[in-house]
Amino acid sequence: MDFKKTIIYLILGFCGISMVIPFLWMLTTSIKPQFEVNRGNVGFLPIEEYLSYTENDEEYRISIVRTDADSSYVNLFDPDGRIIRSFYRVSNDEIESRRRLTFRWQNYVEAFKKVPFARYFMNTIFVSFSVVLGVIVSGSLAAYAFARMKFFGNEFLFYLFISMMMVPQPVYLISSYILLDNIGWLDTYQALIIPWMANIFTIFLLRQQFKTIPQELFDAASIDGCSRFGILWRIVLPLSKSVIATAAIFGFIGSWNSFMWPLVMTDSPHIRVLQVGLSYFSQEASTETTLLMAASTFSIMPLIILFLIAQRQIISSFASSGLKE
Amino acid sequence: MKKKYDLGPYLYLIPAALIIFTFRLIPIVLSFIVSFFDWDIRGVGDFIGFENYIYLLQDRDFWQSMENTFYLVIFVVPISVVLSLFFANLLNNIKALRSFFRSVYFIPTVTSMVAVSIVWKIIYNQQSGLANYLLTQIGLDPMGWLAESTGIFELMFANLGIQIPSFLGGPSLALFSIIIMTIWKGLGYNTIIYLAGLQNIPEVYYEAADIDGAGKIKQFFKITVPLISPTTYYVLMMTTIVTFQVFAQIYLMTGPPIGGPLGTTKVIVYYLYEQGFGETNNLSYASAIALVLFIIILSLTLLQKRLEKKVHY
Repeated sequence: MDFKKTIIYLILGFCGISMVIPFLWMLTTSIKPQFEVNRGNVGFLPIEEYLSYTENDEEYRISIVRTDADSSYVNLFDPDGRIIRSFYRVSNDEIESRRRLTFRWQNYVEAFKKVPFARYFMNTIFVSFSVVLGVIVSGSLAAYAFARMKFFGNEFLFYLFISMMMVPQPVYLISSYILLDNIGWLDTYQALIIPWMANIFTIFLLRQQFKTIPQELFDAASIDGCSRFGILWRIVLPLSKSVIATAAIFGFIGSWNSFMWPLVMTDSPHIRVLQVGLSYFSQEASTETTLLMAASTFSIMPLIILFLIAQRQIISSFASSGLKE
Repeated sequence: MKKKYDLGPYLYLIPAALIIFTFRLIPIVLSFIVSFFDWDIRGVGDFIGFENYIYLLQDRDFWQSMENTFYLVIFVVPISVVLSLFFANLLNNIKALRSFFRSVYFIPTVTSMVAVSIVWKIIYNQQSGLANYLLTQIGLDPMGWLAESTGIFELMFANLGIQIPSFLGGPSLALFSIIIMTIWKGLGYNTIIYLAGLQNIPEVYYEAADIDGAGKIKQFFKITVPLISPTTYYVLMMTTIVTFQVFAQIYLMTGPPIGGPLGTTKVIVYYLYEQGFGETNNLSYASAIALVLFIIILSLTLLQKRLEKKVHY
């Protein structure tokens, strides 16, 4: 390996570490005891430091109340941090300072119990899967019509759709709220799912894909008596698996991470999705940073795992989104 | 048997068209209409014409949110574009571990903005945050981060003992903290887009330049930069549009009150949200803000289309 390559690897390595440092720190903070963080132990290692006192082979955590020349008054704690004896006099020689690694997985259990995260997870999974299903079904049907059928208004409709794709979400957020309010959908699952069951970008992607399939396949299939829908189901869709996977990935990640829409359109805790639940939790538990880190960790875990499994597909999907027609 | 009109295609379009017309086209049109009426949470009121827009011009909070948004865009977009092109170039020059590094850089992109905002808020915490911990480890003074409303240039010059007027102060340190985090979040996506673009540049250009004796740096500016310009336009445009719509970071990381300290992190989309769903519940005023945002983004898109035609290789 030559000198230049070494430099490149060094830069990439250093910056790569900077990119993941927030996540590493999130993980290590999430398994620290809160009082360690509060007293300024904020480094990367989940270390705890404490004073201990051993009596009859039993080790206790202690805190010093008052120190004299050769002995101290201390409070003795049990392993859960409750005081079991206060103002206990021990010799200074018997007090030891301890320092060790700690893995407080209990933080995850506590965060999970504090607010109904299980419910939020179920809601998010339900919403995301429904959205992906809708996007693929409506998208394939529409793209099939746009790509392979002649009808009045084909081009016009397609470009109308595309021009709407350019309109950013905050622009129609207020009026969508008014619309959903008028049809009585505010604070319902419909509000989270149905408006997102058709996606213009998906229609665009699938249309491009469907256009690449050679006409001979269609001719042969219709001579063999295959119906129009049969051609879509048996020929077009099987040939478009990777683009459908791309659309599903975009749909799933987008739906899982969407925040502003569910924040505005829903209110009740029982239909709250993960992102909104997490945001409320961050307001309620703003001082309990270790629990917040634990909640952040388990809320991004599903997507990180999905990403690790399907890295290649996900990255090439995102990369293809930047390439022009 | 030959049918004159084939209604089949429309049947295929119905599911998508129904949803898109109802939940996209109608709200977009409605958004125009609402902004001309006195419309609050209870329903429609009187037609008020351009009153909302006239009020908008005199609304200091609105102008401050515009200023903050522009700071955000002006800092995030160029830094992100330069850094991502740099990383994409490095990645394009290696073979081993390329997909590993690509994935590492990409992780922030797939994670939710809500979760990473919570993490970064704690990173910036003055007492128990990572940012100040690292600063003190290398012997620097801790900073106020999200709590600091002084402009970054003002802080910089103050360190040198020079006082500059506060209108030259630049974005507050709080907003700058958001800027850093926003760049971090979007860097992976832009790098991936650039990498795909770089791989489309034919190797022969570089081989020819090697024969001519052009150095790597010269090759980068004379071959890579011009040939990658379509991608640059795309990245510039997408990053700008996305940055104009920043909301979650502000909502989760700043305050209380959100948009603080002293309103220096209040951006346009948060202001829209606050007007529409905050105490005032003024949906029509919020719609007027939404339309201004729309016009800005639309003109940027059109401008980009114009420029893109001029520079085409």
